[in-house]
Amino acid sequence: MARNQPAGGQAPVVQRIRIRYAKRGPLRFTSHRDFARAFERALRRAAVPIAFSQGFTPHPKISYASAAPTGVGSEAEYLEIGLQAEVDPEWLRAALDAALSPGLDVLDAVVAGEGSLADRIDASRWRIELPSVDAAVAEAAVKSFLDAEEVLVERMTKQGRRSFDARSAVTCVAVAGQSALPSEADAAPCAIIDLVVRQVTPAVRPDDVLSGLRVVAGLEPPVPPRVTRLAQGTLSAQGEIVDPLDADREPIPSRTETGAIGGR
Amino acid sequence: MSVPSVFPQLEQLLPLVSKPIQYVGGELGAVVKDWDAAAVRWALMYPDAYEVGLPNQGVQILYEVLNEQPDVLAERTYAVWPDLEALMREHGVPQFTVDAHRPVREFDVLGVSFATELGYTNMLTALDLAGIPIAADERGEDDPVVLAGGHASFNPEPIADFIDAAVLGDGEEAVLEISAIIRRWKAGGRPGGREELLLRLARTESIYVPRFYDVDYLPDGRIRRVLPNRPDVPFRVAKRTTMDLDAWPYPKKPLVPLAETVHERYAVEIFRGCTRGCRFCQAGMITRPVRERSITTVGQMVQQGLEFSGFSEVGLLSLSSADHSEIGDLCSGLAEQYADTNVSLSLPSTRVDAFNIDLAQELSRNGRRTGLTFAPEGGSERIRKVINKMVTEEDLIRTVVTAYSNGWRQVKLYFMCGLPTETDDDVLQIARMAHEVIKAGRTAAGTKDIRCTVSIGGFVPKPHTPFQWAPMARPEVIDARLKLLKQAINSDRSLGRAIGYRYHDGEPSLIEGLLSRGDRRVGAVIRRAWEKGGRFDGWSEHFSYARWISSAAEVLPEFGVDLDWFTTRERDQSEVLPWDHLDSGLDKDWLWQDWQDALGGYEQDDCRWTPCFDCGVCPSMDTEIQIGPTGRKLLPLTPVTKLRVPA
Repeated sequence: MARNQPAGGQAPVVQRIRIRYAKRGPLRFTSHRDFARAFERALRRAAVPIAFSQGFTPHPKISYASAAPTGVGSEAEYLEIGLQAEVDPEWLRAALDAALSPGLDVLDAVVAGEGSLADRIDASRWRIELPSVDAAVAEAAVKSFLDAEEVLVERMTKQGRRSFDARSAVTCVAVAGQSALPSEADAAPCAIIDLVVRQVTPAVRPDDVLSGLRVVAGLEPPVPPRVTRLAQGTLSAQGEIVDPLDADREPIPSRTETGAIGGR
Repeated sequence: MSVPSVFPQLEQLLPLVSKPIQYVGGELGAVVKDWDAAAVRWALMYPDAYEVGLPNQGVQILYEVLNEQPDVLAERTYAVWPDLEALMREHGVPQFTVDAHRPVREFDVLGVSFATELGYTNMLTALDLAGIPIAADERGEDDPVVLAGGHASFNPEPIADFIDAAVLGDGEEAVLEISAIIRRWKAGGRPGGREELLLRLARTESIYVPRFYDVDYLPDGRIRRVLPNRPDVPFRVAKRTTMDLDAWPYPKKPLVPLAETVHERYAVEIFRGCTRGCRFCQAGMITRPVRERSITTVGQMVQQGLEFSGFSEVGLLSLSSADHSEIGDLCSGLAEQYADTNVSLSLPSTRVDAFNIDLAQELSRNGRRTGLTFAPEGGSERIRKVINKMVTEEDLIRTVVTAYSNGWRQVKLYFMCGLPTETDDDVLQIARMAHEVIKAGRTAAGTKDIRCTVSIGGFVPKPHTPFQWAPMARPEVIDARLKLLKQAINSDRSLGRAIGYRYHDGEPSLIEGLLSRGDRRVGAVIRRAWEKGGRFDGWSEHFSYARWISSAAEVLPEFGVDLDWFTTRERDQSEVLPWDHLDSGLDKDWLWQDWQDALGGYEQDDCRWTPCFDCGVCPSMDTEIQIGPTGRKLLPLTPVTKLRVPA
């Protein structure tokens, strides 16, 4: 049976690149699995020298930071890829962006430095748009939520229905204002909630916070809310979220000296 | 007047349904054109879920051919799942295209591609959601022309009430001709309205407009005759044949979906048509003659298709792929070119032949040897002669032994149950054959660790085949035989353990049989079943036999016929069949002779290698066999480098 094994090994990883990408507009309905398949095809279309794992069924070297739920837009999704030849990160960003459908947009690419991407992500900032909800109503609900010590919500998980606290992971929740988005041009009000949630287990997602607002204040949006992840990263003492790629942007002598063959 | 997108309304519903991405569009290869700049607008529908419909070759080809015309616009629409259907009804969102989310009713043509009759109820749902009257005779000047295509349109009589027209055969040239007729009619100020447009289509003699034909019945329920009801349409409507596949190298820009679909690969047809002559196979009968695409065109399409799509799998499609005259060079050439990439090649639909192991070996050079599939179709030598599947048991054993001794561990065997003249013994022979396969395979592989899966489908007699006269077996008979077979497979525990057994029960096949060989009276059954909630009949979790049975029982007595009359009844030579006025090129006398040969167990050779046996297609359709070898080689001869590093 040994003769069935593929001959030879896979080329080693010589460069790691971290990427920030967005899921926008209608393509926010892309699930994480869908995105992963599309990204692998984009790597092939753009002829990126991706490295593969060893073994019988080699997989491209891609690792993802926690992905936004299906239907939630995002300006701040992250992944890391391993390459078998060095490339210029900006070339890579542009090539992948062109190879993906508009709406799946590659925003940033940097050569990976020390440490892991996952270690630099412990919180997310979300924007929740609540069409047809008055800002004052949202304001009151948010206040009740903040006043509560604990807000138990339920969600169906793979293990069945489970109940957990949606309050403690929330470090900031506020009504950012009332805006009419260009798309929602009709004069109906639209409350906008600004939300910062720490990454905990079990994960507290924006819809859990919305469940919490229903639990504490009976807030029932008449149309489905529209949620966007604005940022992901390290929560600073000031309550800001630091882009996890910032640390990689510090000059790293060993990398810059070798240069990149993919450079333009 | 521009047509607004329904996406803002749809968007509100998408968070509430499963797999919303399937309704969003945005595929690579998708085209959104300016509505107002287009003279002719097509909505192309595959009447099944997006995950099944998107990869459909026919729709992809026509979509691209149409959109390449500067003043023609084509968008796609698929069946929506019941969760979204309910919400669309509640919120008044009409059937939409996934490309620009335009309401289907705004288009000039709704072209529906039927690979199977089980999509009929889904067409009714789409019409209803679109706000287009289900009955063709209730449609007005603003409604699209509802046009059926695909293999099922070779007998569109069961849906004659719901469609305005049907095209038989290859669509590449037909859609352009139809576009030209519509363009001229619209530019001329729509003279004579809808009726005149349909008449112009009918006058091509290759587009069937059911309303221009009347069906008379005999007192016993059989058809007396089908005649045009006006003097200016043809007595018979002929199928289309696209000759020279090299001139139609589609899809060039395959659609690459974000949603997961049943096939994630770049598929290229290496030839069209088949003259193997398997008597149950409608595709092989209605797509004659064989027309090969040249090795060089296939090579070029694969290269461009992969570059465009980023797919990592290539499917070389046809009805019997190993029969391409240069298949050996094609497979080794492609395997060579893609040897150092992670691209895998697959060759579905191969016959039982050790040569195919060579091909499979080429194609899996850098990949896994997961499984090989063969289709002996019949368990006994006798029944294989009846169906003209010229495979001996020695062929099969030799083939699987070659597979097992070359490293394959899993072989899948396809069979049919319910074939004409079939007895319990013919089906039980499948068990014996599977046992022999395992025994021989264990010896050849030198290990007990091999498997064989026996997969059984129900036989459905189809129009334009030698079995169009055949009685169907009743579902109880099928189910009893399948049970006996299961017992026989497991009668030897050691062998039975290595054999997987997959089958479908007989009930869905009977309904497919009703829809396949039905006439216009079956339309009432389809409508009733749809009104009772019939949707997605090709999906076992949605199909309801009871719903179809009760629908047939409610509407057919009025006509003096019943479900059995359409399915388990044998037809005789003189009977007028519902599709006799639709010309597939096959000579009815030849089909009848082939049916008699089947009953006598006489085989029929392939006309590619033996003299013409006068099936009738080439002379009546003015076509000819187009096969190689061309003697050309795949270009470029240099292997595709693993990955280009940008300069």
